[in-house]
Amino acid sequence: MSMINYASREINCKIVYYGPGLGGKTTNLEHVYAKTKPDTRGKLISLATETERTLFFDFLPVDLGTIRGFKTRFHLYTVPGQVYYNASRKLILKGVDGLVFVADSQVERMEANQESMQNLYDNMSEYGYDITKLPFVLQYNKRDLPNAASVQQLQAALNPGWEVHETARQRLTPDPDHPNETLVEQLSTGEWVERVPYFEGVAVTGDGVFDTLKAVSKLVLKTLA
Amino acid sequence: MAASSSWAFTPEDSTAIADVLERLLAASNARCALLVDRSGQLVATAGEPMDFDPTAFATLTAADFSANDQLARLVGEREFGTLVHQGEKESMVLADVARRVILVALFDQRTTLGLVRLKLKDSVVDLTRLFDVIFSRSADVGVGRPSILSGAHDEIDELFS
Ligand SMILES: Nc1nc2c(ncn2[C@@H]2O[C@H](COP(=O)(O)OP(=O)(O)O)[C@@H](O)[C@H]2O)c(=O)[nH]1
Ligand SMILES: [Mg+2]
Repeated sequence: MSMINYASREINCKIVYYGPGLGGKTTNLEHVYAKTKPDTRGKLISLATETERTLFFDFLPVDLGTIRGFKTRFHLYTVPGQVYYNASRKLILKGVDGLVFVADSQVERMEANQESMQNLYDNMSEYGYDITKLPFVLQYNKRDLPNAASVQQLQAALNPGWEVHETARQRLTPDPDHPNETLVEQLSTGEWVERVPYFEGVAVTGDGVFDTLKAVSKLVLKTLA
Repeated sequence: MAASSSWAFTPEDSTAIADVLERLLAASNARCALLVDRSGQLVATAGEPMDFDPTAFATLTAADFSANDQLARLVGEREFGTLVHQGEKESMVLADVARRVILVALFDQRTTLGLVRLKLKDSVVDLTRLFDVIFSRSADVGVGRPSILSGAHDEIDELFS
């Protein structure tokens, strides 16, 4: 839930990085932390176990610029991926404004990706949040690995599209980030579907990290415009 | 509900909130007070300058409260409305306000837990009244849309170009 403070002239929004354990969520935040100027970001907080796995969450506040005299502050959170930490995951989703799903591209992790996606849908609906109405982007991470599945396979498994019912939204919408691809289109069955924007990433080198963050932040601000 | 509903404070809200916090500090002799929303965002602070990162503090406060909410449910309580953390020199009390925000008072040996807790109760009542108004107003404007960004699509594109 974004919060607008007219006295301090700030817009605060919450973005949650979701996805299977070891997919690269924490690495995304570490890269953002490393590449932003100290005066535009706060501390990176990690509530982790001694083996460095995220236990509760990681947290990083960053300023992404000023609009109409208001500073835009984004609070980035990651959730723990391990299946048994669902209670913490659900807590972090409270008041979320935008979602990034960090998928692990490795073929062996396909099932873990799908389980985590299903878990995200379940947790969102338990809060009564409609995930199809929320700014949401996908990151296919670890594109550098030889055992990475193709983007097509990942799209089919994780981003098949949901049905668009509102007629106003039933129009062909090209994907601005991928030539010859679409975000909203009509299938041969006549049904209109919408997919969420996706980005390829190599979080360890930073590839795709800011593209992903900018895309979701932009979508979040547009919900306020 | 779309999760991305928003709420807004006017400068008048901020002043009214600050007044409540100042009154709390004066009456309880606590060092400082913070107001944090349940999703972890810092809403307001008052009192002595804090020698820690208030944003980090706010996030951890919300996490602390949420975790304790779950603990309460596990043991069959609806909630733990107040939490106390006592240290050797510094202590803090956290209280729920209208299930939307958390009021935190930090204090040291210049006062007592009993007094801080007592005065905190009055502040919770005042803040509950204020936030009822703020939230019902946010809900009134459709999905709580603030006007400041309306029509700002081009500026938003520009910011991320
Ligand atoms: N090869 C490769 N390894 C990555 C990439 N992103 C993250 N990793 C590694 O994957 C492991 C888990 O990453 P982490 O960010 O902790 O995952 P999280 O559980 O989703 O937070 C770490 O050893 C990272 O260095 C990537 O793009 N390519
Ligand atoms: Mg992690």
